[in-house]
Amino acid sequence: MAKLPGWKDLSLGIAITDAGNAKEYRTGDWRSMRPVTDESKCISCGWCWLLCPDHSRQPFPRKSPKADCPFDDFYDVDEYYCKGCGICAAECPTGAIKMVPEVGQ
Amino acid sequence: MSAEQANHKRIGMEVSFAVAEAVKMLEVEAIAAYPITPQTHIVEELSQMVADGDLDAEYIPVESEHSAMSACLGTSLAGARTYTATSSQGLALMNEVLFVASGLRLPIVMTIVNRSLSAPLSIWGDHSDIMSIRDVGWLQFFAENGQEAFDLTICAFKVAEDKRVLLPTGVNLDGFSVSHVVEPMLIPDPKLVRDFVPSYEPQLRADPADPVMIGPIGIPEIYTEAHMARDVALIQSRKLIDEVFADFEKVFGRRYHALESYRADDAEVIVMAMGGMAETAMGAVDTLRNEGIKAGLVHIRVWRPFPFDDLRAMLKNAELVLVIDRALCAGGPGGPVASEVRSALYPLEKRPQVACQIAGLSGRDVRALHIVQMLKRSMAQAEAGELPEYELHNVREVAQ
Repeated sequence: MAKLPGWKDLSLGIAITDAGNAKEYRTGDWRSMRPVTDESKCISCGWCWLLCPDHSRQPFPRKSPKADCPFDDFYDVDEYYCKGCGICAAECPTGAIKMVPEVGQ
Repeated sequence: MSAEQANHKRIGMEVSFAVAEAVKMLEVEAIAAYPITPQTHIVEELSQMVADGDLDAEYIPVESEHSAMSACLGTSLAGARTYTATSSQGLALMNEVLFVASGLRLPIVMTIVNRSLSAPLSIWGDHSDIMSIRDVGWLQFFAENGQEAFDLTICAFKVAEDKRVLLPTGVNLDGFSVSHVVEPMLIPDPKLVRDFVPSYEPQLRADPADPVMIGPIGIPEIYTEAHMARDVALIQSRKLIDEVFADFEKVFGRRYHALESYRADDAEVIVMAMGGMAETAMGAVDTLRNEGIKAGLVHIRVWRPFPFDDLRAMLKNAELVLVIDRALCAGGPGGPVASEVRSALYPLEKRPQVACQIAGLSGRDVRALHIVQMLKRSMAQAEAGELPEYELHNVREVAQ
């Protein structure tokens, strides 16, 4: 998170005057389970992207392109925003996503 | 124009109607209204003014006081000068929204016609309602009579809407014993009132052309800072209040102070009261002085922000201060005003003893004679070193 404002820096009535700044607030901090995606099983169907309640599933470039898959991207999780609800893992049609426990720092 | 000319109209008027007249003169743009005794006459009169076309305002009849204050949030955020009035259970029902109004720094003005809280159900006047919401972050004024209710309503808008304050403001007046009394009142030329209070320039506004997010979540990392900002604004509003009272005197010839006194300069014993009872206490002070007791009166006009420094300066030479409260902090320090007075005096090296009598609950009559009795009782208790935490005045032990 960016440097926290002091009380004198706050806008009147604590209004947020710049649009779209929720992106700066990393809401993945309180996760206890983390999804891990097996790139080789992902068929880029986008089902997890569609169902993710926090829009934390995003296309990432494949590290090892598959000959039989026409897509350059696979769907992985943006861990800054994933809260570990497990919907993606439960709904993935190829079983590419597994939930694993978060470990301490 | 001289102050005398400004006050050219002296007319008999019910105090509730005079408050509505002040709201009309200020060209309020939005009024949320829910009828609750003893406030009802104010919003009824405003309803008539809007219906007759004398006041061009959005008049919003709502289904509860919770909605009334919520509607006020909306209209104030839309940029409208906003007013409402309430009492007792209505104020209690508004409770959670009152915090939002001050947190969002919306200069809503509300008349609070003070009345007791249920149960037992009572429509009569005391300060139970306002004392239950004293910490909501609003400015709070107390009027003693109709003229003051009229004058302070005007001052309330000027202070609340000032860019250096921007906080909601409550004007308190006693239910029935002030609100429903017909008094001779000095009603000034409306133009003078409009010149005195400039039109409202909203600083925080819901505007589709310039979108902002209002009322976002305050995460633990920001909530404390938000409260600090509001608290500082509330404390610093004191300077503006003093300025506005001084300006008011220049235009209208009447002077108000955050803390006011009567024959208190050389007083050894001081009575403190708020609202209409302060006027009764003047009579009691005169009686006591005639008996050779050096009594004086100190009354709080501006309850929030609390006038700590003035209070210490005014009470530091007294031996005994009797605070007459019209509300009870059940199971606690007794009277809310006495509690805060004790707290304010604590840093003084030599401080007066503070007695607390709770009287006038639910509109029970308190006459000058009662105040004389209460003070003499407290003086005797203090003399004997037996001053109780607080007492409820004149409670019957057995059936009469």
